[in-house]
Amino acid sequence: MATGVFSSRRASIKERTLRTDKWWLQPAFTFGVLFTFVIYSTFRAFENNYYWADPLISPFYSPCLSTACVEGASHFGQPIGSILLGGMLLSPAFYILVIPLGFRLTCYYYRKAYYRSFWMSPPACAVAEPHKKYTGETRAPLILQNGHRWFFYLGLILNIILTYDAVIAFKSPEGEWGHVTVGSLVLTANATLLWLYSLSCHTCRHTIGGRLKNFSKHPTRYKAWTIVSKLNSRHPLFAWISLFGVALTDFYVRQVASGSLENLPIFTF
Amino acid sequence: MSKKFNFRIWRGDSKSGDFKDVQVEVNEGEVVLDVIHRVQATQMSDLAVRWNCKAGKCGSCSMEINGKPRLACMTRMNSFEEGETVTVTPLRAFPVIRDLVTDVSYNYKKAMEVPAFEPPADLQPGEYRMAQVDVERSQEFRKCIECFLCQNTCHVIRDHEENKESFSGPRFFIRMAELDMHPLDTIKNRKQMAQEEHGLGMCNITKCCTEVCPEHIKITDNAIIPMKERVVDVKYDPLRWLGSKIRKKEGI
Repeated sequence: MATGVFSSRRASIKERTLRTDKWWLQPAFTFGVLFTFVIYSTFRAFENNYYWADPLISPFYSPCLSTACVEGASHFGQPIGSILLGGMLLSPAFYILVIPLGFRLTCYYYRKAYYRSFWMSPPACAVAEPHKKYTGETRAPLILQNGHRWFFYLGLILNIILTYDAVIAFKSPEGEWGHVTVGSLVLTANATLLWLYSLSCHTCRHTIGGRLKNFSKHPTRYKAWTIVSKLNSRHPLFAWISLFGVALTDFYVRQVASGSLENLPIFTF
Repeated sequence: MSKKFNFRIWRGDSKSGDFKDVQVEVNEGEVVLDVIHRVQATQMSDLAVRWNCKAGKCGSCSMEINGKPRLACMTRMNSFEEGETVTVTPLRAFPVIRDLVTDVSYNYKKAMEVPAFEPPADLQPGEYRMAQVDVERSQEFRKCIECFLCQNTCHVIRDHEENKESFSGPRFFIRMAELDMHPLDTIKNRKQMAQEEHGLGMCNITKCCTEVCPEHIKITDNAIIPMKERVVDVKYDPLRWLGSKIRKKEGI
């Protein structure tokens, strides 16, 4: 039986949409970028190499907690040990990537992006979706989207670790402080973008003050809420540039670790 | 100076209908509703169209213009190229009555299902006092003109007629958010009601409601997502749940 815009009592129009603009462009672009990122990050996670170039560590592999990690890369020990999968050591990236992956997958902005571009639910506003049934986020697996705040909390811990990585990137391989290199700036920019992405998150906005019923009784939290609200209006921007930032940072570290590129010094203070 | 435009206007009723093409003169400064009125006056005297204020404040002239849910009185003709064909249809999420007029009674039915504001029992009308910061927050939602463009574009009901029973739609999520954020409202379980009775969980926050709102209410960011987060507080966050049991603190 026909449903949706083709339901019996609605205006009988055979087109799924009458939009004349290029409504397909945005979902197509989003699909392309996210798909490319998924391919690249999967390749890097499986590569299990070129993620440590003293003092630089790739964000895909930090913190490196497994005994499979290369020497010097484990700033926080190797409590996980090693897991064999099909006779091969499981890449340390897999222990870590689940957190940023979960955080981005359940993020309110990315949900919009991939529901539109991957699942076409809907592909664009006022463009009929192809699915016959729809239950939204009311049952498994999509009900798990409600776990966003848990990934937010874990993501904050990861941000602290990546900030630590950025700070120690100002050391020389001999352990002397004050060495500003392209790598240290890249890691600093990456950590900054990740903080902006996390702090502009809707869950952060809710936790910091959004859940209040009386702003007037909590002036400090209200002030914090107004600041996070300003950041929140740019959340999609931070979502994108922090995604590019992570990939480019990893790519830079990979190039340095593989010897294709030298971590150029800028100045020493 | 006037220009000629081609209009494709859907005409029919709930049983059948089709597009009718007309060429019409458009003067400088006119909006789509002006053109439809000219068509009605000169070429289709029985064309049915709902309208009222012509100022974007009554929400009556909602329709779809080139496939986009818009207010006809707020869609300027100079946003189209000369010679472009402008397609006008009724809202496609609701049953059509005739031509450009749809039956939006679904929305009124849903409105009645939202419990009204309930002030504290010891306060009489005229004694309500609120701080400005608390007023401002829900004031945004009071801008709603009930044009139902958000309801019309929401794919949960637009593309799935069967969901109308269990889903109230973005217009009523902002109403529920407004009341849940109201410092003097004493109904404590609006979050649960939103989730369990009004289908908040069906929303997958694709933001089309926000995109079409003529009052630029940030429906998704300021109402739906905060309500979803409040639902997480009471249903999916064991730490919050435990905290509320220990502290017995409500209405923070």
